[in-house]
Amino acid sequence: MLNGRNMTSSKSVIKNIHDKLISKNISCKELTEKYFKKINESNLNAYVKLSEDTAYKTAEKVDKKIASGEKISPLEGIPMTLKDNISTDGIETTCCSKMLKGYVPIYDATVWKLLKNQNAVLLGKANMDEFAMGSSCETSCFGASFNPHNLSYVPGGSSGGAAAAVCGNIAAFGLGSDTGGSIRQPAGFCGIVGLKPTYGSVSRYGLIAYASSFDQIGPITQTVEDTAMVFDAISKYDPMDSTSNPNINFDTFSHLEDDVKGVKMGVPNQYFDGIDEEVKQSIEKAVKVYKSMGIEVEYFDLPELRYSLPVYYILACAEASSNLGRFDGIRYGYQTKNYSSIDEMICKTRSEGFGKEVQRRILLGTYVLSSGYYDAYYKKAQILRGTIVEAFKKAFDKYDVLLAPTSPTTAFKLNYTSKDPVKTYLMDICTVPINIAGLPSVALPCGMDSKGLPIGMQILGKAFSEQTILNVAYQYEVFTDYSAFHRVDMGVKL
Amino acid sequence: MKYELVCGLETHVELSTKTKIFCGCRSHFGSEPNTNCCPICIGLPGTLPKLNKEVVRYAIMAGLATHCEINLISKMDRKNYVYPDLPKAYQISQYDLPLCKNGYVELESGKKIRINRIHIEEDAGKLVHKGQDVLIDYNRGGVPLIEIVTHPDISSSDEAKEYIEKLQSIMRYIDVSDCKMQEGSMRCDVNISVRHEGETKLGVRTEIKNMNSITFITKAIDYETERQIDAIQSGGEIYQETLRYSEETNSTESMRNKENANDYRYFGEPDLITIKTNKEDLEKYKTQLPEFADGRCKRYVNDYDISKSDAKLLVKYKKVSDFFEKSIKGIDKPKTVSNLILGVIFRYIENESDKQEFNIKVLPEDLNKLVLLMQENKININLAKKALGQMMETGKKVSEVIPDDYLQEISGEEIKEICKKVIKSNDSAVKDYLSGKDKALKFLLGQVMKETKGKADAKFIEKILAGEIKNA
Repeated sequence: MLNGRNMTSSKSVIKNIHDKLISKNISCKELTEKYFKKINESNLNAYVKLSEDTAYKTAEKVDKKIASGEKISPLEGIPMTLKDNISTDGIETTCCSKMLKGYVPIYDATVWKLLKNQNAVLLGKANMDEFAMGSSCETSCFGASFNPHNLSYVPGGSSGGAAAAVCGNIAAFGLGSDTGGSIRQPAGFCGIVGLKPTYGSVSRYGLIAYASSFDQIGPITQTVEDTAMVFDAISKYDPMDSTSNPNINFDTFSHLEDDVKGVKMGVPNQYFDGIDEEVKQSIEKAVKVYKSMGIEVEYFDLPELRYSLPVYYILACAEASSNLGRFDGIRYGYQTKNYSSIDEMICKTRSEGFGKEVQRRILLGTYVLSSGYYDAYYKKAQILRGTIVEAFKKAFDKYDVLLAPTSPTTAFKLNYTSKDPVKTYLMDICTVPINIAGLPSVALPCGMDSKGLPIGMQILGKAFSEQTILNVAYQYEVFTDYSAFHRVDMGVKL
Repeated sequence: MKYELVCGLETHVELSTKTKIFCGCRSHFGSEPNTNCCPICIGLPGTLPKLNKEVVRYAIMAGLATHCEINLISKMDRKNYVYPDLPKAYQISQYDLPLCKNGYVELESGKKIRINRIHIEEDAGKLVHKGQDVLIDYNRGGVPLIEIVTHPDISSSDEAKEYIEKLQSIMRYIDVSDCKMQEGSMRCDVNISVRHEGETKLGVRTEIKNMNSITFITKAIDYETERQIDAIQSGGEIYQETLRYSEETNSTESMRNKENANDYRYFGEPDLITIKTNKEDLEKYKTQLPEFADGRCKRYVNDYDISKSDAKLLVKYKKVSDFFEKSIKGIDKPKTVSNLILGVIFRYIENESDKQEFNIKVLPEDLNKLVLLMQENKININLAKKALGQMMETGKKVSEVIPDDYLQEISGEEIKEICKKVIKSNDSAVKDYLSGKDKALKFLLGQVMKETKGKADAKFIEKILAGEIKNA
């Protein structure tokens, strides 16, 4: 029993582990050992750094508490992972870039502090696209991660390592970051659940910034229940982040079963421009399911979405070009070997330390902010950002939630996009709009394609309406045969 | 044909808030290198700035004190450039919505130097050269600054000097900065162009960066004005460029020209929210503005009969002026107090910096007590000066340097008696005096003083002496 709710039919991974821990079916130490064993056997390349010491120390603490009959909180003792752009005091944090290899933070990101206080067991840091720039997890300096459904496919990105770990049962949950879809797209590719919270719902303090006005940390889990539990734990006002909302106080898990009858759902036609037929059919099927629950569903036009990709790539790269300026080799991280002046040192360090995609985005961002080009690109994109925000506002005057695919296709093969950056950028078409508008969206599986790869959909909501979108997502999860999307036979079985 | 100087100043003033602008570190000057630092002010990955509200208040006070309008909605921006002392590779500053705009500083001539804007920003760290090595001290990184930008209203180096001194005085009076140029808490960039007298179009300007001495600023302006006029007159051209002034050679040299000027790529700081100020707070701040040096100076001259040059010295530093005002309570002639401060106390304070701090052993109440004794004719000026000197040296109170028995009143009758005695025993001096040698009276006065141990007022004694001799 969690929060007094009968969860006998629950598919929640966290809940399952919690029950086993408190019933002394397994000790936290044994559990942690099991996870590490499977991680070491795994060929997903989901982890880039393991944190055994902290994990076992925490496990010991939890076991003592249980042995002494003390009550433990829902996330206590749960083995989990953090994307490698979330700062962890004393544990190397690299953003999967050569630039930051060897960098050990001296402070904790707020989200990790919150989970640490609950004695969540950090197994290690998860693989990602370098500095969260990518949709395939292939730009990592530690090499790509693999999709547990089929190892020759990508797990998506940029939070690909966390998604692969959760999908492959080598982490009970993970935290990712979502700047243009980096939680939802890999969740979709891996057939799991991921939430990109409203901008301001979760503190960004300690998240190594890619694009500050877009970035948001969120849960990656196997079920909507798990996502709700993790979201409740990390969505706290943080005075260290000025963009964090002082009024938030979520308890989505307790209200997950609230009725969704009468909820109005809109489906923007523009999300279906040029998407895979199988994805389209899957979404249509979901629409039917929702209709059968008594949800009003309506297709409508949201033409402003066509500006999303250029707006996103101009603004996100502009911010990135500034955010990544600090990596100069002087204070921490990579430094080039031979140089004769400080300017040369900085130049060579950055040329050698950053990968191609990161350099491309820094150059693009620098360009759009340069005098003479600012008005044509950055300023125009800012104006259009406002247009998109307004368009969503109007849509949400009419609808409570919107339904959309998480990406135009299911997972693609490794090396598919690596030679054509624009092809990669196009993959973000379904996910970037809500980052532009700062809105919340939860991704969840809604089918499998003919290749046996999961199809993802997302429920979009108004600002700070995480409760509503999670309720709508939860009803789908309860309603459908979820096991059909979880055909992964690997990792820890409990 | 005559040329005129067109000059504008950008003045950086370090605010004296206890903590830095975006974190809780001390903003103290002179600490051991890299001891006032944290993950935020050294820009570690993932950290976020958090705006210190005191900085906003200080900057608004600076704006109000210089007659600025305050933008009720203001925002922070990023100014991107790469330099080792700037750990984030951008400075958080303000670009298109500064906190304050459209103010002025009035010069003595009545001319107003218009202020275009005042914005807040963070200071950078400091490079320290040690032999072959370049070390970085990030203590100063994140110390709050305001940048005060004038219109090109300054027409001479003297005006520039007066403007800077006025600005220093104003900032010190509202206590937002100590404005110590030698410690770098006030620094100026000087923009200079020249044009024919009467011309309204601006000439091409050069900018002299990072000046931290008023003397050198005036020298640099004079040099650069000459240089530009010479260049134009000899058929040359002025190029828009950034210059460095060399104190050794008293000349300017080019740092960078327009082509390789920095492109700062300003954009709104996404990590901070807009700064909102409400009208009630502004009204409250306005009531907190003190009476400034100019006002006090006028008042001292008009009401206290103090000379303008003395009044100026008194009001130069607010602490001195405050001390003066506290010391004159119940005093008939505040001028006496002024004379004691400028004549005695200032002798013990060697440099300007100490005058600014005015951290002295004598309290205004003590000085007040001393002058009251004079007013009551219990001591004369010489004794007062001597006593005050002792108090400055030892920190002793009035009662300790002037013993009680000394203060026992000496009556007019007693003085008269002493005068008579002195006249009797100094025949020759009396004769001299009667034969027209006024000096002789001084001698007699000295004798009386000796007898009265300086308790009596000299003028009073002279009157008595003169009367007694006449009557004798």
